[in-house]
Amino acid sequence: MLAHAIFFYFFSFVAIISAIMVTASKNTVHSVFFLILDFISISCLFIMIGAEFLGMIMLIVYVGAVAVLFLFVVMMLNVAQQKNQWFKSSDTSTHIPIGLIVSLIIFCELLIVIGGWKYKPDIIKNFSDSQISNSTNTHTIGSVLYTEYIHLFQISGMILLVAMIGAIVLTFRKREGVKRQNYFSQISREKNQGVELVEVKSNEGVKIDV
Amino acid sequence: MEYVTLLFSEIYKILYVLIPVLVSVAMIVWLDRRIWAFVQKRRGPNVVGPFGLFQTLADALKYIFKEIIIPASSNKIIFILAPIVTMTLALIAWAVIPFSEDYVLADINVGILYIFAISSLGVYGIIMGGWASNSKYPFLGSIRSAAQMVSYEVSIGVIIINVLLCVGSLNLNDIVLAQQKIWFVIPLFPMFVIFFISSLAETNRPPFDLPEAEAELVSGYQTEYSGMMYAMFWLGEYANILLMCALGSILFLGGWLAPINISPFDIVPPPVWLILKILFLFILFSLIKAIVPRYRYDQLMRLGWKVFLPFSLIWVVLTSGYLLYFDLLPVY
Repeated sequence: MLAHAIFFYFFSFVAIISAIMVTASKNTVHSVFFLILDFISISCLFIMIGAEFLGMIMLIVYVGAVAVLFLFVVMMLNVAQQKNQWFKSSDTSTHIPIGLIVSLIIFCELLIVIGGWKYKPDIIKNFSDSQISNSTNTHTIGSVLYTEYIHLFQISGMILLVAMIGAIVLTFRKREGVKRQNYFSQISREKNQGVELVEVKSNEGVKIDV
Repeated sequence: MEYVTLLFSEIYKILYVLIPVLVSVAMIVWLDRRIWAFVQKRRGPNVVGPFGLFQTLADALKYIFKEIIIPASSNKIIFILAPIVTMTLALIAWAVIPFSEDYVLADINVGILYIFAISSLGVYGIIMGGWASNSKYPFLGSIRSAAQMVSYEVSIGVIIINVLLCVGSLNLNDIVLAQQKIWFVIPLFPMFVIFFISSLAETNRPPFDLPEAEAELVSGYQTEYSGMMYAMFWLGEYANILLMCALGSILFLGGWLAPINISPFDIVPPPVWLILKILFLFILFSLIKAIVPRYRYDQLMRLGWKVFLPFSLIWVVLTSGYLLYFDLLPVY
């Protein structure tokens, strides 16, 4: 139990410190790395409470894919410079109220979640009566997710698909005058299409029509 | 006192896996160079020790005694962290690889997800190294590499789903035991081929070694590294290659199972079979390195997203349809 407590406090300490450092660090790339550290320690906490499937999925999805994209954007766009302009320029008044509203909403949501904490013992008691004791946590999640909550699951998948297609459509533009390589035509090129044997008479040369 | 004994026994167990892995990484580097030389009708490293077996050891010694140069304009903390991350991630994934039914460091329920997660973290070592070097070639190389690894992870994930449909468990030992009747390489042969090619791309091996395409990018994200830090990148890369070979043999070639369960075969201890299978896959890796020219970058991306991903998705549908129709789905 002692080791468990030590690991718990270690991971939560790292999670909180890195969450603070995400906002506090001056270098944007550093804050993305702190975000990754935060994700990793949160997934370790998930594993510690026995939700190993959630922890691994968190690692794969957030650290392995989402944070890589964050890092890409931050590295490519030189965000550090932009941020300074953003705070100094005259039209900040339109951004800051929206930011305040969003953070207020998130704060209220967190309050609701923390308020729900006092129902936790009841929920645990209800769950322990059912037959989940024997199967692993992947099987349990699967058997609930694909039966009771199948519609919600499908709808959330659809929302993600729509968002993906929307992002592709928004950034897609057809540029004129760009040479594209067609693999099929490259591979299926034959000798007689590319090379022509010409009999050249001396002192006359050859006319090549392009 | 209890904790101390527990700690020491755990450390002993970890070393029992880690030291063979590190030694075999050294051997595999030598083997790679020998096979490469063999294909090109050269001799390869043959001077240090019998057959040149200690060449890697000599190289490592050389790297240790070389000066570590940190570029003045680099981001020093991340620059030093990058090879450490690569090496650590390459080694910790070995914790769940089963060498036999009970010779496994951590027999966790979500073993395959763990390996998948760790290999998806492997991108960070490369991105960090490339970005922190603060130089053009490493940055280009790391961006290429990150895009490549993320793309091919997707198809590897879908291929793993194919195998998991047949097994019904995420535990690596269960995956091996499910292949007692037939290795998955036979019913899922196209998936095995795609997995093999994707793992070439995932470990940045030729023909997909664009991150370190020496003709264009000097040596990609490793350009600014020297001495021990370069050696750590290099060790991590080869440990990753071994890991992908081990994963391939566990998923498709029956892991530590003997090919046939009769007398001369079942006397051989199970870890030997796993090592032979890993060696077989690794020899394929290095033969491909020797004989195949490098891909162009757009061809690489096209292969990952437009060929492998749809094909393996269709195979998921086919596999699950087949299993459902013949009532073979493993139910727990």
